[in-house]
Amino acid sequence: MSEDHSFLDVRDLRIHFRTDDGLVRSVDGLSFRLERGRTLGIVGESGSGKSVTSLGILGLHNKRNAQVSGEIWLEGAELVNSPPEAVRKLRGRKMAMIFQDPLSAMHPYYTVGKQIIEAYRVHNNVSKAVARKHAIDMLGRVGIPQPARRVDDYPHQFSGGMRQRAMIAMALSCDPELLIADEPTTALDVTVQAQILDLMRTLQHEFNSALIIITHDLGVVAELSDEVLVMYGGRCVEFGPATTVFDRPEHPYTWGLLGSMPRLDRGVTDRLLPIAGTPPSMINLPSGCHFHPRCAYEPRTGGLGRTVPPELNRAGGGSHLVRCHLPSDERQRIWSQEVKPKLEAQ
Amino acid sequence: MTERDRLNPTTPDAGRDPSPTPVGGVAATRGEAVLSVQGLEKHFPITKGVLRRAVGAVRAVDGIDFEVFKGETLGLVGESGCGKSTTGRLLTRLLEPTGGTIVFEGRDISHLRPGQMRPLRRDMQMIFQDPFSSLNPRHTVGTIVGAPFRIQRVKTEHGIKRAVQDLLKLVGLNPEHYNRYPHEFSGGQRQRIGIARTLALRPKLIVADEPVSALDVSIQAQVVNLLDDLQNEFGLTYVFIAHDLSVVRHISDRVAVMYLGKVVEIADRDALYASPRHPYTVALMSAVPVPDPRRRDRAQRERVLLTGDVPSPINPPSGCRFRTRCWKAQDICATEEPPLVPRLDDPASHQTACHFPVVEGEEVAGRRPAGASA
Repeated sequence: MSEDHSFLDVRDLRIHFRTDDGLVRSVDGLSFRLERGRTLGIVGESGSGKSVTSLGILGLHNKRNAQVSGEIWLEGAELVNSPPEAVRKLRGRKMAMIFQDPLSAMHPYYTVGKQIIEAYRVHNNVSKAVARKHAIDMLGRVGIPQPARRVDDYPHQFSGGMRQRAMIAMALSCDPELLIADEPTTALDVTVQAQILDLMRTLQHEFNSALIIITHDLGVVAELSDEVLVMYGGRCVEFGPATTVFDRPEHPYTWGLLGSMPRLDRGVTDRLLPIAGTPPSMINLPSGCHFHPRCAYEPRTGGLGRTVPPELNRAGGGSHLVRCHLPSDERQRIWSQEVKPKLEAQ
Repeated sequence: MTERDRLNPTTPDAGRDPSPTPVGGVAATRGEAVLSVQGLEKHFPITKGVLRRAVGAVRAVDGIDFEVFKGETLGLVGESGCGKSTTGRLLTRLLEPTGGTIVFEGRDISHLRPGQMRPLRRDMQMIFQDPFSSLNPRHTVGTIVGAPFRIQRVKTEHGIKRAVQDLLKLVGLNPEHYNRYPHEFSGGQRQRIGIARTLALRPKLIVADEPVSALDVSIQAQVVNLLDDLQNEFGLTYVFIAHDLSVVRHISDRVAVMYLGKVVEIADRDALYASPRHPYTVALMSAVPVPDPRRRDRAQRERVLLTGDVPSPINPPSGCRFRTRCWKAQDICATEEPPLVPRLDDPASHQTACHFPVVEGEEVAGRRPAGASA
């Protein structure tokens, strides 16, 4: 069955890069689905493959460097094997991206208005006047004061938060159904971040977009996401509803992430509980389970963790999936009896 | 704050003493002040025209006072443009103040010449934010960490190389990597190299400017624990500059909040986070996203959404600088700048620069009404 009813259906996506030092397996078999009106949070640290995934969905990888395989179905159209022209038609109109750093993502020599107008006119056959009106309207929608004046400003004339709003306006100008936000607030102050997250939430409801938010910040993920996908070493290691992943996580990496963060909603702990070791080299990934050199529970797998790559298997209940050799009931026991008490210790 | 005990960092119970509420004034229970800052100012002139006339100034730091006591960690928190990084550079005299004084161990260092500052640099050091630009890419790790010994002409017991290797071990790096170059290390490891360099001469004061912001979450935790352990072992004094309120809360004993070049609130850590008095502090804390999806709706309801942007430090608002975004602002806020003093029933250690400080349980305007969240 090649058709699927999900709005976005990513199947076994692999994105590898050939380099002089070897093959970099940035994304190594990623699958997920997303419906309109829902938000998926992709969590991972540097090198986990999350940004490469988002660029892959938008078809922004250079075919000379990147080997992309697998399937990406967007409302019945498969993207990986489509010609670049077909994907370009969808970019901006059906799917759009908000980048981390608006200053590098927007062209410094063109006004913000011109950039929005250009994107709009590529996908809509309208006059410049109509497009300009639309650009002003979008800037107003994202909360930029005096939009009729600011439409003629250059990106560097905006403050960080306003620039990010302008980028959101640009991304939304063609009413895309899929919006991918790659670390949209990492470069922003926390009060500005709160405004931008609030804006994204409001606009998502208004446009009924499917939203993928990519971040390393678990707080941001918890704020926005319906479902959470944790990436490590190019693979999904845990997936489930946000409440489940935060309440009853079953992967040791997720436990490690939760333990590494100081939190304002809990008492101050003596020490943070970091994950031992460092993120893996994407060229020389560890054998078996990619996480095993850093996993305190690897000894309990009887050597499987070192030799056999685990598959995604069902956790607790429902749509909760975890990639780990330990049986689910043992993982739940470890979480509730060993890990969780330490996280809440005062 | 009593002087920190020298605890073995491998003891499971090693930890910090909770900061007791000072009795009879701040000086009685704390150690002596290592650093004392009064009316500190740094204005960067803006010039115009061929003759470079000064037409204005960026008032990056505009009159701040605080002290740093021996063995403690003072957290300095604020958003972009508040002046915290500039303050860090002033404390270590990478910049010269345009006003006010900096007194380090009883000596006024505000306007010392580089030659006079040099011997003092044995006692005050800095950890920088960017692990990539703060290490010379053309020097080996051994050269980088050994530089302080050579520059300050400090004699070592078994030679500089041995001292450097001991330092590398101390920060959790392999001493055999002595001859490697910075690019051969990861971001977290480079930050450790920077920390090793900082510790070389056992400084009395370390100013850490966003030392973990550029690191992944799991590596952040390792470095934060390392800084904690080193403080316990060597009785170090830190000024910890950061924008991440959660990390600051974890590591600090006292915290100062900065806004547009001024300190708006300063208090013991627990007091600040439990009962913030300044509206900006309240807004700042409520803005931090909480990693708990179940509390999402409540967090959004309670969030104070500040409108607009931070005003320009070239022309800050008259009176209280925060008044243009403050829901409690009244006429007096425009005419009279509120001094940084204890308010309401707060102890001497908790000072707030606000005419209308926030009371616990007070209704805070700017919050979205219940049920209105998207």
